[in-house]
Amino acid sequence: MTERQLMTGNAAAAWGARLARADYVPAFPITPQTEIIETLAAWIDAKEMPGRLVTMESEHSMITAAGAAAATGVRVFTATSSQGLLHGMEMLYTVAGWRVPFVMTNVSRGLASPITLEPDHNDIMAARDSGALQIHCATCQEVLDTLLIAYKLAEHPSVRLPVIVNLDGFYLSFTREAVELPDEQAAAAFVGDYDPGANALRASQPVSQAVAVLGSGLYSYFRYEMHLAALQALTVYDRIAEEYATVFGRHHAAVESYSMDDAEYAFVMIGSFATKAKAAVDRLRASGLRIGLVRPRLVRPFPAAALRKVLGGLRAVAVIDQNLSNGFGGILHGELVSALLGLKSAPPVIASFVGGLGGRDITLEEFVGIADVLRQSADSGETPPCRLLYSDQELREVRKLQAVAAVERDELGAGP
Amino acid sequence: MTTPDPHIERMKDLPSTHLLGSGTALCAGCGGLQALKEAYDILGRKTVFVNAAGCMTLMSVYPFTPFRGSWLYTAMASAPAGAQGVRDALDILKETGRLKPEDDMDVIVLTGDGSANGMGLGATSAAIDRGLDFLYFCYDNEGYGNTGQQASAATPHAARTATTAVGPGHLGFKKDLFSIWVANRPAYVATVIGAEPLDLAKKIEKCRDIKGPKLILALAPCPVGWRFDPELTVEIGRLAVRTGIWPLKEYVDGKITHTHKIKSRPPVTKYLELQDRFRHLFEPTLNEELIAEIQDRVDAYWDAVD
Repeated sequence: MTERQLMTGNAAAAWGARLARADYVPAFPITPQTEIIETLAAWIDAKEMPGRLVTMESEHSMITAAGAAAATGVRVFTATSSQGLLHGMEMLYTVAGWRVPFVMTNVSRGLASPITLEPDHNDIMAARDSGALQIHCATCQEVLDTLLIAYKLAEHPSVRLPVIVNLDGFYLSFTREAVELPDEQAAAAFVGDYDPGANALRASQPVSQAVAVLGSGLYSYFRYEMHLAALQALTVYDRIAEEYATVFGRHHAAVESYSMDDAEYAFVMIGSFATKAKAAVDRLRASGLRIGLVRPRLVRPFPAAALRKVLGGLRAVAVIDQNLSNGFGGILHGELVSALLGLKSAPPVIASFVGGLGGRDITLEEFVGIADVLRQSADSGETPPCRLLYSDQELREVRKLQAVAAVERDELGAGP
Repeated sequence: MTTPDPHIERMKDLPSTHLLGSGTALCAGCGGLQALKEAYDILGRKTVFVNAAGCMTLMSVYPFTPFRGSWLYTAMASAPAGAQGVRDALDILKETGRLKPEDDMDVIVLTGDGSANGMGLGATSAAIDRGLDFLYFCYDNEGYGNTGQQASAATPHAARTATTAVGPGHLGFKKDLFSIWVANRPAYVATVIGAEPLDLAKKIEKCRDIKGPKLILALAPCPVGWRFDPELTVEIGRLAVRTGIWPLKEYVDGKITHTHKIKSRPPVTKYLELQDRFRHLFEPTLNEELIAEIQDRVDAYWDAVD
């Protein structure tokens, strides 16, 4: 029997780890992720969930312990966010190279400076080249489902890499949605028992893991192996997602297409803000514009073929990046352009928009404005420059705060 | 976990067969390798070495290893966290019947002084806080040896290194890692040196059967970094002990004991003059003031002990 419960994205992540029967949870608190490890700690303390949770002293150590435990032969779950992900970044790269399968949830949050608690994707984008795979979720249900899929993907013999399941801070982490809890036995059967493969430490079978190499030939060999494994994860993911749909009735394709059947235009977005784009698509469709939404769930490996298939033949595409590579622009935009380059039916216009930084809303009016830009650009054949979404109203608010602070400072006589 | 050997009391009780393989990339006359080799004979093959970045990272280079047991390289700052993950995973596997008791292993962190006193100290302290059952084996060559002997927190006062190469040498003082560990009240802490193999073997044998966080801090004379002929490694090691520069001691059950009491200590110059890192104390002119300062510190230490 399945049941539906109202739960936050964080609780959904914790349920995913529980239903996947994670043995070990090295943990470290950070907003907005902390609820995940608190939930797991409470379950483990109450003996509602077997396993062990250890609070480490940093994310650097946490990811080290996660990789080391996976290298010893247990199923590992961990979670982090933002600064924590960056603090652990050395080890994320390192343990990915150990080819150890474990799953980490990242609750996206903007990076310092300035320090903030609210979400954008610069944190998770910084992990793009780590070797860890990443799957981006848009709903609480998807978070739970994706955790189970992620374990199967990470542990697949032709993949054997860590997988990061990403959800947006606040918008998903603290938002309650109705989530269908998979049956415990069915989830256990789906994920299967943990197979340590070559990553096991036993006195009777000594092994050296993560050893140094001398020579570029060996180094390149192992790095290429990782890349090929990550690429294999594309087909492995598709099979696992289909199997999940068969068992649990929900299909989470590598690339979600919404209202794309007869579309001429598309928004391309990842994460929970894509649900805002869906609402905008519905409105724009009602007014007669043939527009849809394309949402890559997989970002690593990058589902280039699936994106080519769904975007080929369109008049214009808007990539809305919730990240900003300073001095370059939106990261996904660059990746999508490279995926579509050389495709005969590639959309002639692939426009770039940056928004949603530090949790900034993207309004319906802005989506409508973006659609207008797409239409005009398709007509003129000219791709507009990257646009940073910001309103006069927001700028006025900033100026107002600065003015108030200046007055306060002058009145207190603290000025120069 | 390992079958207890007969109690080690005399030199002839030391193992006559050696476990550690040869042919590694380590330097001739490495005092750290000497200490590790002696310790490994006692620790045995049911061990997993969790390594922090340093000289000994070159022990296991794909696809070869001198170890009979297992190995996991981590990074410079987090080897104790790696040990935590391995220990916890082994315990979970045992508790859930997925690991036979005889397949269990002792978890040993293998690290240099650069990591132990610097970027690895946070992770080490936290592992002690958590009461992790592991042995922390630090080979202390008093500098960032693997990168060419730059000054570390373990570099002694007045030593010239690649980054303190002029004038009076290193201005700082060697960090007291032994006392830092003791202040955390772990299960066991000891200093050792390869040149005193019986003392080393006794300590390894003793701590092997103690549960909890354990430190073995081995002074590691380094021909390349300290600049002496590799054939002098043992002699310099012995002099480090006899001059009182490197006190051999242990902490167990809340008490510190000196395991190698010295009746009459030769002057520290006997130790210093063999190493070119201290050559500036003697040439072109004798730096009596600085030598006296070093001697005074050693005397003050032993005055407090006696």
